[in-house]
Amino acid sequence: MSGSIAPAGPKGEDLAGEAAASRSQQLVDFVFRVRELGIVAVLVVFAAVTTAIEPRFLNDQNIKFILSDTTIYALLAVGETMVVISRNVDLSVGSVLGLSAYLSAHMFSQFHDLPIFVVFLAGLAIGLACGAFNGAIVALARVPSLVVTLATLYIIRGLDVVIVGGNMVVASTLPNSFIGITTASIVGVPVLFLIIAAFVVGAAYYLRSFRSGRELYAIGSNPDAARLAGIPTGRRVFTAFVVSGGIAGLAGVLWAATYGTIDSTAGTGYELQVVAGVVVGGVAIFGGSGTVVGAAIGALLLQTITTALNVLGISAFWEQAIAGALLLLAIALDRGITVRLTAALRKRNLRYGT
Amino acid sequence: MELGAGLPTGADGGGSRFDNGQAGPDRAPGSDRAPGNEGASSSPALVLDHATKSFGAVRALEDGSIELYAGEVHALVGENGAGKSTLVKILAGVHRPDTGTLSVGGHDMTLSGPAAARDAGIAVIYQEPTLFPDLTVAENVFMGRQPLRSARRVDRHAMDAQVSAVFTRLGVRLDPRRVARGLSVADQQIVEIAKALSLEARVIVMDEPTAALSAYEVDRLFRVINTLRSEGKAVLFISHRLEEIFAICQRVTVMRDGRQVLALPLEGLTADDLVRAMVGRDIVQREGTDRGQQAEVVLKVERLAREGTFLDISLEVHAGEIVALAGLVGAGRTEVARAVFGIDRYDAGHVEIEGRPLRKGSPTAAMAAGVALVPEDRRQLGLVMTLSIEGNIALPSLRRLSHLGIVRRTMEHRFATDWATRLRMKYGRLSDAVSTLSGGNQQKVVLAKWLSRRPRLLIVDEPTRGIDIATKSEVHRLLIELADQGVAVLMISSELPEVLRVADRILVMREGRLVAEMSHNDASEESIVAAATGQLERAVA
Repeated sequence: MSGSIAPAGPKGEDLAGEAAASRSQQLVDFVFRVRELGIVAVLVVFAAVTTAIEPRFLNDQNIKFILSDTTIYALLAVGETMVVISRNVDLSVGSVLGLSAYLSAHMFSQFHDLPIFVVFLAGLAIGLACGAFNGAIVALARVPSLVVTLATLYIIRGLDVVIVGGNMVVASTLPNSFIGITTASIVGVPVLFLIIAAFVVGAAYYLRSFRSGRELYAIGSNPDAARLAGIPTGRRVFTAFVVSGGIAGLAGVLWAATYGTIDSTAGTGYELQVVAGVVVGGVAIFGGSGTVVGAAIGALLLQTITTALNVLGISAFWEQAIAGALLLLAIALDRGITVRLTAALRKRNLRYGT
Repeated sequence: MELGAGLPTGADGGGSRFDNGQAGPDRAPGSDRAPGNEGASSSPALVLDHATKSFGAVRALEDGSIELYAGEVHALVGENGAGKSTLVKILAGVHRPDTGTLSVGGHDMTLSGPAAARDAGIAVIYQEPTLFPDLTVAENVFMGRQPLRSARRVDRHAMDAQVSAVFTRLGVRLDPRRVARGLSVADQQIVEIAKALSLEARVIVMDEPTAALSAYEVDRLFRVINTLRSEGKAVLFISHRLEEIFAICQRVTVMRDGRQVLALPLEGLTADDLVRAMVGRDIVQREGTDRGQQAEVVLKVERLAREGTFLDISLEVHAGEIVALAGLVGAGRTEVARAVFGIDRYDAGHVEIEGRPLRKGSPTAAMAAGVALVPEDRRQLGLVMTLSIEGNIALPSLRRLSHLGIVRRTMEHRFATDWATRLRMKYGRLSDAVSTLSGGNQQKVVLAKWLSRRPRLLIVDEPTRGIDIATKSEVHRLLIELADQGVAVLMISSELPEVLRVADRILVMREGRLVAEMSHNDASEESIVAAATGQLERAVA
């Protein structure tokens, strides 16, 4: 007979349970902090090893390179993280970036005296439009985002190729003040990097502290339960795509300012780099957990590896292989941690619960 | 009402010791049975009156009526398929009744969806709640309506404190800041109850909350339920375990075949009264015999166990014998079948087919040894719905029907025609998709699929669920015919008339264990229900 009417266990069981609860809380806290600390550790070890082999690696020039390359990826990673947290993915960011980069730079070659913020607004508008298109199909038509954004990846790139044709915007047609955005620096740190870093921290705070941010996590964690809790899931997912698109549009303008030479291939393949950075940075690919800060550090790690391999004179093909291996490692680690964590928490429950 | 409003539950700093001490007297059997206590208002908190609900041609609810009172725990009992789940889903706003009225707190209302039910003050705690595994306990409670501080930011401290206060009120130790991942089912239910309380729900429906709980957890849940009762909530408690109902409830509604058949205060009733009300229909004629009991053993299962699912299962099925595995849904019957067939692994024990050990974890090996499994959920597991009828029938026999690896369509067609005739299927053309068939004929396709392999052992899981009565008896006839031909049949069924009509021997499982074995002569609906709900042990003890 089940002991439901038998007397309860020894007194003080609840106290033991409380101790267990706070211990498992600590365990959970630790593991979640470690998710980001882990990448930082990999980053430090990697930089240290590379510097040991090639002492020139950590010079000003390289650090500046890494930081300025990272800014665009880190920016894209913010939007991508919001989408991935809601259990979706945005593969069109590279194409949106390319389209925005060309169109915004092209504006300068037409109207040389255009204020820079107008160009940024134009890039933002292009991105928002693309993002709204993605979001509308995903949220309203309930088509898996993988399929939708894979399609728009090709559609937007195709549009880009049609518009650009064989043309190209070259740096000499761009105003110096525009190019200057990316080169300005305070004590050796690019200003742009600082702005993006602040943006990342702001986005992280938003996702942590506002209802709509928390609801994105809820949607990714359990879409059905989110709907039952009265969360407007469609609207939230739509917004995430719009934000991701808008950010990709802004990143396109920055890309134009950074590289100066823009043809129809600008930003090709960025989507995978960005998703890789996000996942390496500890954002669960099936949604529900991860932070923007982690994703940005993930982007930084990938860029550091690229630069390091460059400095060490290792072929660029290896770079891709290593990025891929890192991705697998991150996913395996994520899965492993989840499984272990669940098991560990269960075990505690069992020990104190029965 | 010992746990009176005069004792503020855990509101002071007394903490767990206070709650433990207080809960003591409540656990004494019988002490909670006093109905109509002073705290309960005379007008019911919720009334569902003569509700009906049909799904297609199936009448799931004929006359669903229930009255819940504030400050009372109300039991809802009935056999599988009696309409309990449909009634709960109507209260939860998931289904809308075809006819009948619902009034909550004296106001008539129509629930347009789960959100409307929640707004009306009805909260449903399911057996396995669906939480957000990645978020904290407190966030799970408050998702979508978190307390805010300046600039519309989520106030985590207030959220944690409020949830903490609710847990204290309930006398439960749970950290609001831990993530929900890894919480036991019992703790997940507590989180849902906390959510219900924070929503100020007046009616709390618990759909078989104890099915997956350990004894200690059930005990804790009962303390929580008593607290809810003392706070004036109307609780609807659904359970198959009658001893739980007598321990915690004050009033009972018994359902049978979609109708309310009994609604009384529990005081003065016995477990036998409830069982009789639950079963209550005419005893069907028996067709079971002693056939096969002397024949060779086809299936021998010895001390089979799978952690957390079933334990110490030993059984034999002889050639030409139909053995029924009876019990409540969730007793572990399907899991045993899946383990025998090799779909799931098992942790201990072994399985023999005709004296030879069967490799575990390999459906291919099981099929090669002559075992066939007709699964419970034919749409998901038994059929390829978009494939043609003949394609489905021929699927497991393709090797026989092909030459040099190429399936010969004419042979496939002839093969399928043969089986369709034998099973008296009703269909348009054999090339039609299986999805066009009725449920009964679909089940025949599944049977044909496996019978065509000429199995030595046929395992059928709920062979007649969702099938009309005529086809039902044809399926029964078919199973008996097969047994007469020397096939060993292991039938899992929750329908007692079916078990009594078809089976030669009946094994009853309860909570993962075999608890009773009866020959068809000794078995009755009462004795099976008693064994399945644990009343047998009580009677013996």
